[in-house]
Amino acid sequence: MAQDVSVLVGGKAGDGINSAGAVVAQLLNSVGYHTCTYYEYPSLIRGGHNFAIIRGADHPVDVHRNMVDYVIALNMDTISLHSGRFHEKTVTVFNSDVVKAPGQGISVSAALTSENAPAIMGNSALIGAFASSAGIPWDTVSEVFNRHIPKGADINLRVARKGYDQVTAVHPINRIGDRRFSLISGNEAIALGLIHGGLSAYVSYPMTPSSSLLHFLAEHADRFGITVIHPENEIAVILMALGISYAGGRPAIGTSGGGFCLMTEGLSLAGMAEIPLVIVVSQRTGPSTGLPTFTGQSDLHFILHAGQGEFPRFVVAPGTAREAYAWSAVAMDIAGHYQVPAIILADKTLSEGTFSLDPVQLPEVPFRGPVLWDGSNTYHRYADNGSVVSHQAFPGTRGAVVKVNSYAHDETGITTEEAAIVAQMTRKRMRKAAHLAEAMEAYDTVITDGPVHAGTMLVCWGSVQGACTEAAHELGLRAVRPVVLSPFPEIRLKQALEGARRLISVEENATGQLAALLRLHGITVDTMVLQYDGRPLTPEMLVERLKEAGV
Amino acid sequence: MTGRHLITDAQNTWCPGCGNFSIQHTLKNVLTDLEQEGEDLDQIVLVSGIGCHAKIADYLDINSFYSIHGRAIPVASGIKLANRDLKVICCVGDGDAYAEGLDHLIFAAKRNIDITVIVHNNRVYGLTTGQYTPTSPHGFKGKSTPMGTLEYPLNPLELMLASGGTYIARGYTQKRDQLKSLIRGAIDHKGFAFVDVLQICATFFNMTSQYNPRVYPLQEYDRSDAGIACEKVREWDYNSDAPIALGLFYQRSALTFDEQFRHQSLHGKERQILIEEFLATRQ
Repeated sequence: MAQDVSVLVGGKAGDGINSAGAVVAQLLNSVGYHTCTYYEYPSLIRGGHNFAIIRGADHPVDVHRNMVDYVIALNMDTISLHSGRFHEKTVTVFNSDVVKAPGQGISVSAALTSENAPAIMGNSALIGAFASSAGIPWDTVSEVFNRHIPKGADINLRVARKGYDQVTAVHPINRIGDRRFSLISGNEAIALGLIHGGLSAYVSYPMTPSSSLLHFLAEHADRFGITVIHPENEIAVILMALGISYAGGRPAIGTSGGGFCLMTEGLSLAGMAEIPLVIVVSQRTGPSTGLPTFTGQSDLHFILHAGQGEFPRFVVAPGTAREAYAWSAVAMDIAGHYQVPAIILADKTLSEGTFSLDPVQLPEVPFRGPVLWDGSNTYHRYADNGSVVSHQAFPGTRGAVVKVNSYAHDETGITTEEAAIVAQMTRKRMRKAAHLAEAMEAYDTVITDGPVHAGTMLVCWGSVQGACTEAAHELGLRAVRPVVLSPFPEIRLKQALEGARRLISVEENATGQLAALLRLHGITVDTMVLQYDGRPLTPEMLVERLKEAGV
Repeated sequence: MTGRHLITDAQNTWCPGCGNFSIQHTLKNVLTDLEQEGEDLDQIVLVSGIGCHAKIADYLDINSFYSIHGRAIPVASGIKLANRDLKVICCVGDGDAYAEGLDHLIFAAKRNIDITVIVHNNRVYGLTTGQYTPTSPHGFKGKSTPMGTLEYPLNPLELMLASGGTYIARGYTQKRDQLKSLIRGAIDHKGFAFVDVLQICATFFNMTSQYNPRVYPLQEYDRSDAGIACEKVREWDYNSDAPIALGLFYQRSALTFDEQFRHQSLHGKERQILIEEFLATRQ
């Protein structure tokens, strides 16, 4: 029987739900489970309801499920707001000081008092109680605390022991192996992928759900030898990064939709001046300020078309942390080689969720590297000599005058309005799109899952793949997903969808942006399942929606 | 590259009598001096915004980043952060740096990043054919304010002093020798150097007859005294008929933003080992 367990941890903002969720995930990790963790919280610092759902399974999981097997309730809301997630065997562990419910109550205040521990350690008592109810050996709990709570592990453990001893194993979780995965968030996967791809500088202005990428890289700047800057606004972010790239650095920037709005003039400049740049955009619910801490997929068309004028761009929407790592490294290389903006399009679910990454399976990425001037002949930044791109030199290179320009320019980089030169340079820039499309044939740009002969196929993009893949399995459907969205993998996608009698797009937006993009490429979507309340689709929700649609 | 011409073949399209000629000529002379003193001009980068001033990027045969309106300063900051060996000179306009990109100007001063900002301040939009800018006098009649502006100009020197600039000067395109020493001083200054250059717009706002009788060179005083500098800076508010002091108002030495970043870039294998080590901490 497949092992698949879910744990809900809930409390109010400021209760430390994120760290409690992380410890629970590590407990499952240490008994051999693949995990994923979904965090949901309102846009405030104190008060309001926060919760995490940690799922562990004997196979890789990228999405949480509606129903939970264990509940760790720090407050009464956790019981009352989530009662729909409980089944008859759900084990409830709660703080009996504030919660009245059936299940295993322990007095957090008593546990703290007896160990003379500060209130902030209260969660440890409940985590201990959960571990006991799930039959996780004390040695494992002790090891996880020592590894992942570097400050005050001892006293936290004593508090945890109080909880552990008050509860008996009601619903033991089977140990399924000794293998431990690395638990990282989607944004951390992106960060590590960027570093793998040669990142030298990260420039960003805080905006949920991209901020944790900034925080992670700032915290680890010394470790990875990178420069991290948080300037005055997103306009400065992109222009500063273009300056860094022009001078020979390998920058990336990150934001969400609102910040990306401010970056579009810089994006167009990157296109015209042919300056490599990687841009991470993590979507949240829009329009405008929208739901800052909730998810969405409503920026696809914006990302594909942002910026005045026409220029090639690379857009990739990873659906898993593993893909996020690999494609972030690839994006660094593509931006550098083709001298184009490369955009990594994520969303809150992927960025802020935590996933199991297997460190022994790091992807091997074939890097092309930048095309550099060899020092022969007079250097012209935009030389059109028949090669895929003009050779790059950086200021400070002896004998090279490196002129880049936002105006239409000639091969030397000097402004021109000559019709023939303008047309030639436009062709030179646009040619890169064709070369890029050709290069993409070496990558898995379209992911397929499920039976080839399924009459009904689901098509989706980004993190919603988790729900799509599981729903497709359950209903015997085929799930197809373009990972690269520009250049659009039309031929490969058409092959993947061959034989479909009914095509259903599944998206977290209100208009069906992927469906519209598919139509543009001659692929007709018959039904759209759209979700636009900021909450990610779970497999159960999607199965229900598909059944409603007659599947 | 040595003994080079420094001027490209691009056709010059500034109006006859334009103050930009003076600034370009002065900058060229500064560069020539630097080269004669042994500086490698390949280590110089010019960044411009958009406007009449910005054409200087096409005209000077040195590394250049012809950026977009208001955004030269963040570009210049990025260049300096990526390669501290480069001397980065930013030529910007008054509409460019005081309107569209004011935030970047203030923050560059606040950070004391080691770049030089030369403002071609003709107090009018030239390339868009004559609208008021943040330094146009009150009542300025331009194409967007035919009845005269309703707002007073800002005093960019006072703003820079308040923002943390460590080299604050004002020059005038008709005082070339002084302008040359101010620009040279700005380039030599370690930290954020700001030179507001009063410049004639021959077509839309020729202030020659207003400037010539009013300008005078600043007298000696302790240039690191912000109090005195503030008094001097406030003498003329870009609106009144007060005398117009020219010269270096303020200078102090301070740690620069860029020198506080010391990261050595790692190569591929080192990066992968570090990534694997990091991932192990999350097991």
